[in-house]
Amino acid sequence: MTWLGFAEIAAYMAAVTVIAWPLGLYMARVFTHQPTGIDLALGPVERAFYAVCRIDRTKEQHWTEYAVACLVFNVIGLLVMYALMRLQELLPLNHAGQSAVSPDLSINTAISFATNTNWQNYGGESTMSYLTQMMGMTVHNFTSAATGMAVLVALVRGFARKQANTLGNFYVDVTRSVLYVLLPAAILFTLFLVWQGVPQNLDPYTQATTLEGAQQIIAQGPAASQIAIKQLGTNGGGFFNVNSAHPFENPTIFSNLAECMALILIAAGLVLTFGRMIGEDRSGKAQGRALYIAMSLLLVGGILIAWWAETHAGALAQGTMEGKETRFGILDSVIWAAATTASSNGSVNSMHDSFTPLGGMVPLVNMMLGEVVFGGVGSGLHGMIIDVILAVFIAGLMVGRTPEYLGKKIEAKEIKLAVLCLLVFPLPILILGGLSLVLPVGLAGIAAPGPHGLTEVLYAFTSTSANNGSAFGGLSGNTPYYNLTMSLAMLIGRFLVIVPTLAIAGAVVGKKIVPVSAGTFPTQSGQFIGLLIAIILIIGGLTFFPVLALGPIVEHLMSVNGSLF
Amino acid sequence: MSIHHPQALSLFDGSIFRAAVKDSLTKMDPRILIRNPVMFTTGIAAMLCTVVFVRDFSPVIGQIAGWLWFTVLFANFAEAVAEGRGKAQADSMRRTRTETVAKKIDTIEQTNWKNTPASQLRKGDLVVCETGDTIPGDGDVVFGIATVDESAITGESAPVIRESGGDRSAVTGGTRIVSDRVVVRISVDPGHSFLDRMIALVEGAKRQKTPNEIALTILLVGMTILFLLVVVSLPAFAAYSNTTIPTGFLIALLITLIPTTIGGLLSAIGIAGMDRLVRFNVIAKSGRAVEAAGDIDVLLLDKTGTITIGARQASEFIAFSGVNERELAEAAFLASLADETPEGKSIVALAKANFGLSESLLSGPSQFIEFSAHTRMSGIDLTLDGQNAAIRKGASDSLLNLAGLTQQTAPKDVIQSVEKIARTGGTPLLVAKNSRLLGVIHLKDIVKPGIRERFVTLRSMGIRTVMVTGDNPLTAAAIAAEAGVDDFLAEATPERKLELIRAEQKGGRLVAMCGDGSNDAPALAQADVGVAMNTGTQAAREAANMIDLDSDPTKLIEVVMIGKQLLMSRGALTTFSIANDVAKYFAIIPALFITAYPALSAINVMNLSNPNSAVLSAIIFNALIIIALIPLALKGVTYRPASAQSLLRRNLLIYGLGGLLVPFICIKLIDMLVTALGLA
Amino acid sequence: MIKQLIPATMLTLVLTLICGLAYPLLMTQLADKIFPSQAHGSLIVKNGTIVGSSLIGQNFTKPEYFHPRPSATTVPDPNDATKTVAAPYNAASSAASNAALTAKAQVDAIAAASDALRQENPASADLPIPSELVTASGSGLDPHVSPEGAKYQAARIAEARKAKPDDILALIDGKTEGKLFGLFGAPTVNVLSLNLSLDERWPIK
Repeated sequence: MTWLGFAEIAAYMAAVTVIAWPLGLYMARVFTHQPTGIDLALGPVERAFYAVCRIDRTKEQHWTEYAVACLVFNVIGLLVMYALMRLQELLPLNHAGQSAVSPDLSINTAISFATNTNWQNYGGESTMSYLTQMMGMTVHNFTSAATGMAVLVALVRGFARKQANTLGNFYVDVTRSVLYVLLPAAILFTLFLVWQGVPQNLDPYTQATTLEGAQQIIAQGPAASQIAIKQLGTNGGGFFNVNSAHPFENPTIFSNLAECMALILIAAGLVLTFGRMIGEDRSGKAQGRALYIAMSLLLVGGILIAWWAETHAGALAQGTMEGKETRFGILDSVIWAAATTASSNGSVNSMHDSFTPLGGMVPLVNMMLGEVVFGGVGSGLHGMIIDVILAVFIAGLMVGRTPEYLGKKIEAKEIKLAVLCLLVFPLPILILGGLSLVLPVGLAGIAAPGPHGLTEVLYAFTSTSANNGSAFGGLSGNTPYYNLTMSLAMLIGRFLVIVPTLAIAGAVVGKKIVPVSAGTFPTQSGQFIGLLIAIILIIGGLTFFPVLALGPIVEHLMSVNGSLF
Repeated sequence: MSIHHPQALSLFDGSIFRAAVKDSLTKMDPRILIRNPVMFTTGIAAMLCTVVFVRDFSPVIGQIAGWLWFTVLFANFAEAVAEGRGKAQADSMRRTRTETVAKKIDTIEQTNWKNTPASQLRKGDLVVCETGDTIPGDGDVVFGIATVDESAITGESAPVIRESGGDRSAVTGGTRIVSDRVVVRISVDPGHSFLDRMIALVEGAKRQKTPNEIALTILLVGMTILFLLVVVSLPAFAAYSNTTIPTGFLIALLITLIPTTIGGLLSAIGIAGMDRLVRFNVIAKSGRAVEAAGDIDVLLLDKTGTITIGARQASEFIAFSGVNERELAEAAFLASLADETPEGKSIVALAKANFGLSESLLSGPSQFIEFSAHTRMSGIDLTLDGQNAAIRKGASDSLLNLAGLTQQTAPKDVIQSVEKIARTGGTPLLVAKNSRLLGVIHLKDIVKPGIRERFVTLRSMGIRTVMVTGDNPLTAAAIAAEAGVDDFLAEATPERKLELIRAEQKGGRLVAMCGDGSNDAPALAQADVGVAMNTGTQAAREAANMIDLDSDPTKLIEVVMIGKQLLMSRGALTTFSIANDVAKYFAIIPALFITAYPALSAINVMNLSNPNSAVLSAIIFNALIIIALIPLALKGVTYRPASAQSLLRRNLLIYGLGGLLVPFICIKLIDMLVTALGLA
Repeated sequence: MIKQLIPATMLTLVLTLICGLAYPLLMTQLADKIFPSQAHGSLIVKNGTIVGSSLIGQNFTKPEYFHPRPSATTVPDPNDATKTVAAPYNAASSAASNAALTAKAQVDAIAAASDALRQENPASADLPIPSELVTASGSGLDPHVSPEGAKYQAARIAEARKAKPDDILALIDGKTEGKLFGLFGAPTVNVLSLNLSLDERWPIK
């Protein structure tokens, strides 16, 4: 651990903030339908969208309609994606002659992309045709991110509006997310990536003759356009099998910095969007800032622990570059690992499975906290707001008032729904994870011996439940058993959280706003930031400490003592 | 400013204690236990653990089972003690509720009555009550006036006046007529009387969970399910690690993790909160109102009696031009000698003090003219220096009228003096002799000592105070400034009061007020916390959600604090309970897995002597902490008014950080004891 | 539910066309115009044949070339399609080992690789071995080694190419790319680029 390294971490956080800030304010304009500066260009396109799709942009939706719209839209997208994979053999743009994807892998992958998880039980360049990558993966990278943003915006409106009924229009929110935020950002980022060396072509795979005279087949494809959105939309599903470790997916240190920023930018910006939408009469800016600081502290904490673990590997030190790229070294690998799991991106630039026990525990714990440290585009902040509701409820009573957040009273109904979100998340991790550790079909997929094997399974179900998508890649997940159980975990982790979240939005939107007074529980103070972090860590810790003890913790303790497995 | 406890009941009164021990056993009935899901889970766990013990006969499991049963018993005990304290109160009330025979009549004029058991009286029935009678039910005096002994419900021995019309018409069943005769219209059906409801409330018999309590229970149930999930899935993870966890240990892990502390004490906290109010002689009709009290943003306080001492005091005699000040003082003195009102007495006292006047001034026959609402003046007709003199004092417009003047025709100095007094918040009282205006008495509103500081404190708590007064805006502003209230409503009428409440509520604020008159009823009903004075009308008492038996409007402030204290106690114990789990993990997790992975002894930070003792110590701590916290649950956490920010800091430090650290120390100590005694 | 089907289906359709066809195709066109080399994979053409991509590592085993890192890429076993066999630097199927550091097999493998490395480079036997030289990269296609990793092999190259060791070291220094803004990433040397220079300056006859 060097001073230069600390400076790098600080520079990274600063760079993210410098871009996220204006981006957040811009997105607030997008979602409150204020002039954005590019309306002249996009306005007609947007109106054409609504005309073609028969969307009445003025019609606001009650939370139930909003939720139904969200589910229907996602189910349709999921079916399209499934069909594309099953039929890719018959469809054009299949230069590498990929055959139809198996049904269970197709289900897994379709659900994976629809839920913004982007778990890869497939190798992109060896399984998917260009058409599938473009019309399946790339499209879902946009729509699942837009879905997350829409749900978040609905929740924020729930808190922002006073005694209202409706939360906005799902289709309008999705359209505006794509047109005004994701697509322009992706276009700029694609060009940057191509400049750095990411291929963007429809060429067949290249046949090269190496200096030693061997044949090397080099995979090609429209990679940059997909990578741009998979980073920005916190999707994380790589164009290539090894994701952003691949030199075509992430060729330079500069591309790495940019991608590592991109995977957190929109999620970070949305925190500031939230503050702006709440408004200054409830000191929205400070409210957003408090969450931003809490998230930043958790993220930096994770980076530091992983960095420490990877640079203090003791007897394992000689192996620490396993799974890491030379150009990124240890620090850029751990920053990415922490950031990609804190946000629910899940792309990787190094193999988490080959981290030291504690270094690998950081990404795992980041996900176990529920992907609320910036988290997925939209989903991270709405998850964080659920945690805030719980924190406010548990500790808020201590100031002698019925707990309230942003002036909205937190009552039985909100708690019921928040608790539901709290329970839904660990369910697949503990139950399906536990099951996989006793069933022969589950045990068959484990690669590593000893506690590390347990961690592989734990990581898989945590990543899928949390809709992250990064993996301890040693686990052979492309089996019908894992494809289907993980599909279940992803669905539960996504939609069983989205629906109660929208229900909370529906419950709070109708409430009055209690004006701020000296008796109001402060949710923008440093004290609250500390409290929130403590509650997040304690709830996550209490849920997962026993299994962590049997996985990375004991692995670490034993390897320190010189034991191997 | 802190909450006083007028009747400090010792925490563990002997008889309450004995009854509570008995009750905690009867509460083991699963049908009762299921109302508390956390304790129900603990009960099932205890049962399972007992079965395991009977099967395996392992002494450690036996001890764990024992402590699990104790955990449930302790929680039951906490609730029983809280209820017992209420019951003691209820019993004394119930003693007054002997079966009375009512003298039922059909019309007010009727003089012969029909003896009817009180239990058969219906709403709307008329009854006659005479000296010595016990009033058979709640109602309103519709005819007559009487003194009533209400000590049965208020504990106050001085009898009070109840009369038809006006704001002192409500009578309560079970109270006794001391003198005179009244006709009462019964206003409730049997079983719904005030006394019935009070008994039910303090006993907690019909206690319903309050909204916040329900929300908290949901959270606790959620956490119970969460930990159930953790514990149920753990054997699979352990199996992969070649470990089997003894069932008893798994059960122990579950129970130490689920929030038994707050789960066990939650209902005791609620009952104790109501009980605190009762001991303050305030009856809350629902727990919801007590919680709402904690949330109050705006307090509407009546000026008279709350902010100022009830009566105005004479502070100055201002003679008009051409009148000797002494002459004015004498006239005022004479006019007030027979005036028993506090104002009248204060005039006499001021005249005596400033001019050395004495009662001897009044010689010869005289006739005291009582104040009437019609004339709005009082005075005396007497012979003074051989002449007949009619001295009058009263409100300015009525005396101007008497003198044959109007606002326009009155001398300038008269109008000026009157306005000057009004501007400073005082009340001008004109004095005239034989229709000649002599001067004006300055009656001053005296702001209660210390009230200003209370408002400062309230402000720091984020509560705005609004003074409500019938005075004109000028007067109101002066007093408002002197008392330091945030706002005032002058020339208040019941309608304007209601409007103000609605406006505040529309802005999202919660409003508390107190009132007594029938015309306060709509406002009392509209307010989030409405406290009716017990001396008030039945309508007001019906509309309010709290009743102050002492009829002391300043108590509203204490009511707010009790509400806050109730919520704080819940929050503090919830935080404490959850923070406790961290230490319990560090005790139990190494114990569970140490055989498979000796390296995990590194997280046995408390260095507990062996796995059995570690688990047992955690369970013992878990049970004993409930007992240890019963006094806190009953008394409530210490509450000092302060801003939310500083309250949070303080409570987080004590209950958050304390909750994190205390169990580490305690479990270690218990472990040392358990090991020393060879229990595990 | 039913009335939501129309907008949901239409929106899916429109977004698929915009984001799934228009956007990537437009990007492909733009990339081809603005960054033609990068867009097609930064290929290196020598004497009319594609010898590789400057971004993709390739396998070198001969002593006169700098060796890249171990690679975990594979190809399907020609004899049994369900199995795979090692095929380092298979750029059609990137892969990592995902080995657990605490696995005895992994520690043994690193020790074996270290031994082999020392044997190949007897002159450097006393130097510490940089971790990346004995571990597989995340992609299996890492084009780089660290400057230390290259220098570890310098003596062997010098001998095989009959060049002065100092010239080889100077070449490595010249080819070393430092941290970005002096802060980010790690210093690297591109192995293919080094080897191309070797062939130019010290051709093997």
